[in-house]
Amino acid sequence: MSDIKNLKQYSKASERFEGANLLCPGCAHGIIVREVLNATNYPLLVAASTGCLEVSTAVYPYTSWDVPWIHIGFENSSTAIAGAEAMYKALKRKGRLYNDKEPKFVAFGGDGSTYDIGFQFISGCFERGHDFTYVCLDNEVYANTGGQRSGSTPIGASTTTTPAGRISYGKKDKKKDLLFIMAAHGSPYVAQVAPNKWKDMSKKIKTAIETEGPTFINAMSACTTEWRFPANQTIEMSDLAVDSLVFPLYEIINGRELRITYRPKNVIPVRDYLGAQARFKHLFKKENEHIIEQWQKNVDEYWEYLQRREEAKV
Amino acid sequence: MAEKYELQEIEVWDGNMAASHALRQAQIDVVSAYPITPSTPIVQNYASFLADGYIDGEFIMVESEHAAMSGCVGAAAAGGRVATATSSQGFALMVEVLYQASGMRLPIVLNVVNRALASPLNVNGDHSDMYLGRDAGWINLCTYNPQEAYDFNLMAFKIAEDYDVRIPTMVHQDGFICSHTAQSVRPLKDEVAYKFIGDYKPKNAMLDFDKPATYGAQTEEDWHFEHKAQLHNAIMNSMPVIERTFKEFEQLTGRKYSVVEEYMTDDADIILVSLGTTVESSQIAAKKARENGIKVGVVSIRVLRPFPYEALGRALSKAKAVAFLDRSLPAGAMGMLFNEGVSAIYKTDSRPVVSNYIYGLGGRDLTQNNLQEIISELNNDAKNGKITHATQQFIGLRGPKLGYN
Repeated sequence: MSDIKNLKQYSKASERFEGANLLCPGCAHGIIVREVLNATNYPLLVAASTGCLEVSTAVYPYTSWDVPWIHIGFENSSTAIAGAEAMYKALKRKGRLYNDKEPKFVAFGGDGSTYDIGFQFISGCFERGHDFTYVCLDNEVYANTGGQRSGSTPIGASTTTTPAGRISYGKKDKKKDLLFIMAAHGSPYVAQVAPNKWKDMSKKIKTAIETEGPTFINAMSACTTEWRFPANQTIEMSDLAVDSLVFPLYEIINGRELRITYRPKNVIPVRDYLGAQARFKHLFKKENEHIIEQWQKNVDEYWEYLQRREEAKV
Repeated sequence: MAEKYELQEIEVWDGNMAASHALRQAQIDVVSAYPITPSTPIVQNYASFLADGYIDGEFIMVESEHAAMSGCVGAAAAGGRVATATSSQGFALMVEVLYQASGMRLPIVLNVVNRALASPLNVNGDHSDMYLGRDAGWINLCTYNPQEAYDFNLMAFKIAEDYDVRIPTMVHQDGFICSHTAQSVRPLKDEVAYKFIGDYKPKNAMLDFDKPATYGAQTEEDWHFEHKAQLHNAIMNSMPVIERTFKEFEQLTGRKYSVVEEYMTDDADIILVSLGTTVESSQIAAKKARENGIKVGVVSIRVLRPFPYEALGRALSKAKAVAFLDRSLPAGAMGMLFNEGVSAIYKTDSRPVVSNYIYGLGGRDLTQNNLQEIISELNNDAKNGKITHATQQFIGLRGPKLGYN
């Protein structure tokens, strides 16, 4: 668990999330969730929003969860776990706890639950300072309902509600910059993680869970079904994302102090990342090439901004 | 440990304050709430109890009613006593989560201070919100004055948390008419009230993390039907527990309640059926009509869910003409009480003439004159043995008379 040094040890770590589930082959959700549950030795209470994770891991009469787990709706896993955390505080004060150990509280949501419908709830929880960690499984699309755009879907992606067509290059709007929005709540810890950098990911998750107050993890979760790449290339897809700086790995402490936690030795062009996924296939048509150029420009500028923020230490 | 609150033998409380004290005495572990008129004072009072140290639970002031009920569900699943309050639009925003609370069999107590639904926006009392949440799988208890807002809250915890019931429970009171009208209330002593409710005994508490439970699983057609049927069965079977709780409360306080309450119905030709504050107005009207030789009785619904088919059918079986007074209007249909009441009568041998009066939407007063008008129409029905006017009529509505058959 917390003293895991290599992948071999990790593969033998105790299971709080069973391998028996209905996630698609190649889905990164399982990898991330497993890593969240293994990142700490604390007992965990877990809430999940409606989405791929929920519908594939708790189909009555089965459950993949060997931790107390609750699902209410699409938008409110954050508030549900906040309620449980409040109950813990109340029962502790009244001397009525069921166990002596101190639990930690985790909520999972997809990007639809997090960037869109559940954003108000998460924002409220962070403002009120509940002691929990929110983990967004960010696959940049409403995958559970069959591939509609979300506030996390990047520009140029073809989705079922922003399809690329004769006169459209797909989604017109940029991905919402959620990490900075979460940091702006004054959260003691927010971070972006990707499953290919598993040590970085595990360390950040442990920090998030064990830091007091509301903390946020945005986890890149490559979606073989909606991004359209072969199911055995999930980790390669994450490599492309972080090495092209499309998905930079960094953390922000106390809402201000930014640290970049991974700097690619060889930064690869964004087009390599885009070219590996069929959701961006149409961008390689001549008339859409300018979107790829725009992408590269956005990524470069954002990386520049992150570095300046890091240096400024403000 | 919370500070002791000194109560007088008789307190002057409005319905909201009465409910707040019941919540305090129940020693709730978590309240998760969002303000809305006219229920706001319930959580405001609760917050001031907390500020003065009379409560040692947690109070989360969330950012919406949907979140309020979401927090309640998470807290209740974690394994403790939970309550909140709302009205109208807030209640409407909660509705999604109301179904989830009952589906997970979490005994949350929700005070609903009934109010109209927009549009047009209106802060005053009617039963539109009650109608909206009626089928959410909650036990629904109806009160008509501050004393009852207090009494029913205490009983609500006991009923909801009964180990065989475990169903969330709403306590309704009329917006402003009950919630903001101060009356004399006889509270129980704190320790007596708490003893009546008893300690909270959860099933599968999430905080009991040595025995992990999965709450809110997904089902498809292979199990969903069974789960919904089980919930229905549990609500239907809660009636004896509700009746037993009324009885125990009567033994403790001398205050007698029953699922369907009858007033001068023994020899009544005409019966007015209502709920909420209208019950007392109807009783006054009945008494007055009897001075003119018209035998009027009043039946009030105390428990809307589980619906008291048997008791209501029995109460109405001897009458010649019955009016169901509805303070809500399901647009395009007869009123809620009418529809449900008629189905209660259907099984009885003698069937009275039935009609539906819609009144008081958005807080409009139902006057004694209005009630005498209804009684006079019903008197004609009773004499003729058939309906002599439109089945559904609107009382106190300006403009041309509206009626539907």
